Amino acid sequence: MKFITNIRDYYSQKRKSGPSNLLTEPLWVRIILIVVAICFLALFLVLPLVVVFNEALMNGINAYLEAIKEPEALSAIKLTLIAAAIAVPLNLIFGVAAAWAIGYFNFKGRNLLTTLIDLPFTVSPVVSGLVFVLLFGRNGWFGPFLQEHNLKIIFAIPGIVIATMFVTFPFVARELIPLMQTKGTEEEEAARSLGAGGWQIFWRVTLPNIKWGLLYGVTLCTARAIGEFGAVSVVSGHIRGMTNTIPLHVEILYNEYNVSAAFAVASLLALSALITLAIKTFLERKIDIDILDQTGSKEEGN
Amino acid sequence: MSIKVKLLITAFLSAALLIAPLSVTPVFADSDKTIELLNVSYDPTREFYEQYNKVFANYWKKTHKQNVKINQSHGGSSKQARSVIDGLEADVVTLAMPTDIDAIYKIGHLIPANWKTRLKDNSSPYTSTIIFLVRKGNPKNIKDWNDLTKNGVEVITPNPKTSGAARLSYLAAWGYIMKKELRSLDKISDPKAAKEVQAAEKKARAFVTEMYKHVPVLDSGARGSTITFVQRGMGDVLLAWENEAFLAINKLGPDKFDIVTPSLSILAQPSVTVVDNVVNRKKTKEIATEYLNYLYSPEAQELAAKYYYRPAHPELLKNKKLAELFPKLELFTVDTVFKSWADAEKTHFADGGIFDQIYISGR
Repeated sequence: MKFITNIRDYYSQKRKSGPSNLLTEPLWVRIILIVVAICFLALFLVLPLVVVFNEALMNGINAYLEAIKEPEALSAIKLTLIAAAIAVPLNLIFGVAAAWAIGYFNFKGRNLLTTLIDLPFTVSPVVSGLVFVLLFGRNGWFGPFLQEHNLKIIFAIPGIVIATMFVTFPFVARELIPLMQTKGTEEEEAARSLGAGGWQIFWRVTLPNIKWGLLYGVTLCTARAIGEFGAVSVVSGHIRGMTNTIPLHVEILYNEYNVSAAFAVASLLALSALITLAIKTFLERKIDIDILDQTGSKEEGN
Repeated sequence: MSIKVKLLITAFLSAALLIAPLSVTPVFADSDKTIELLNVSYDPTREFYEQYNKVFANYWKKTHKQNVKINQSHGGSSKQARSVIDGLEADVVTLAMPTDIDAIYKIGHLIPANWKTRLKDNSSPYTSTIIFLVRKGNPKNIKDWNDLTKNGVEVITPNPKTSGAARLSYLAAWGYIMKKELRSLDKISDPKAAKEVQAAEKKARAFVTEMYKHVPVLDSGARGSTITFVQRGMGDVLLAWENEAFLAINKLGPDKFDIVTPSLSILAQPSVTVVDNVVNRKKTKEIATEYLNYLYSPEAQELAAKYYYRPAHPELLKNKKLAELFPKLELFTVDTVFKSWADAEKTHFADGGIFDQIYISGR
């Protein structure tokens, strides 16, 4: 038997062998629990996924490709990617700034900011969509101003981007805040005492420490940006080939009895979900190892 | 390590920031002298307007040497009206009900009060009605409105609070009893027959109450109900737009459903108008007006019939077979039985109105 020299080895050993033997239940309990979990998973996760791809390919691979190559579908895909490409980087910047502020500084309103960041999670997406209609719509607060200057926000691409940003903005910040809080500020303080400037500290010390958590948040944020339905539906105006995103296009196709095309386009969303899942699993591992690295090196230091 | 991360993130950020404007440009930049119109319509007209837009673009190019591209937006009729009021820049609206367009005047002030008189036939270039869709062979033997309350019959119809088709179905059922009791609907406007009319209204109310006891689910819109009936297989009879019923049969197999035409039903007048506030700003009034006028041309009337709307002028159709597509039945207007749409809304569908009362007591 290999002698475990430090805590890092202990943890990696433990990761490989699963939970300790002390917690073992009788065999039949374990079997029942596993079967229940698997059935549940199959019924609620695997089966729908199978249905999506099955319906999508019902009329053959050619019909599938046709449905995706259709100009309206392509424009929906393009718009969805545009919205994500604008919303995600902006939310990345905002998320890092907010997490930095909340994680490292004490200031008035810090708790309020933490709470407000969660607002998009707690508000129904339909309501958040309506809020933007009330702000930027013809009769909204900024309506007359926008009309005077011939600017279109609602029922146009900017509205969709804003709605997407709103519903996705907690993801990055939410992921980073606990990470930065548990890590503490010791390393940054050390860097500062050695004469590093703010940017230097951020790029050389903080960022390497939070990078996987950051990517994790970005991944979730992207997934939600692509899949958002409610808020976008309210501000879209549903102009075909112009302001329809992928989820809206799926709904329209389904309502037009075009079931296989609807599922073909929906399968793109399912694929993006699967990719997200894969990235997420990979990143979760990285984050775990990072945390172990730190605890490990601290132990060693002692 | 830190340099790698730095590079990675810088690359990601700059890529995202570069892609964003690049991919936005082509969306905004396709306006090479092509006039663009936006037609805001309701759900089932999509296929019709897709064809009509081509026909009109050809016509306009021939007569005015200009290219025109017509964008379409479809959704629930009342919801679409709301979007136009909130700023969706529709040059024309082509909605399911005159009341939806009235809202654009009353709440949005975007069109004048007399919008209905600006085009022929109350601004309805095509009409429709409510008929029954039943399962193949009509196993429950449903022939007319009074069969809907037979034992064991399940009726599928959307919620009158949110759906135009549902309101028409409700009013049609009501009108059927009025006609049965009074024998002539003209009596309704005759002050001498007031007592008789009151008695008939009582009967109508009882019938409609009973009918909604046969409704297992109320979907929010017509398409939702059609899908409940057709795809989920619920219910024995669907109260449907005539054009929706034809379309469902066409798209999902004539071997599954039959259309049953009741002895009498209600005349639905989908209405169209130019949105003055928008066209004046966009300077598209001329072409938008012509877009609607051309709906009355023989070519467009024939196209409407092809998509199962009853053309306002069937005499214009070259293809007489198309005119015969529509079964003959007695159609009454909302105004004959309920005075006006506004009155019908107030008495029957407003909060606390008759529908609320019977639906709550029915449950």
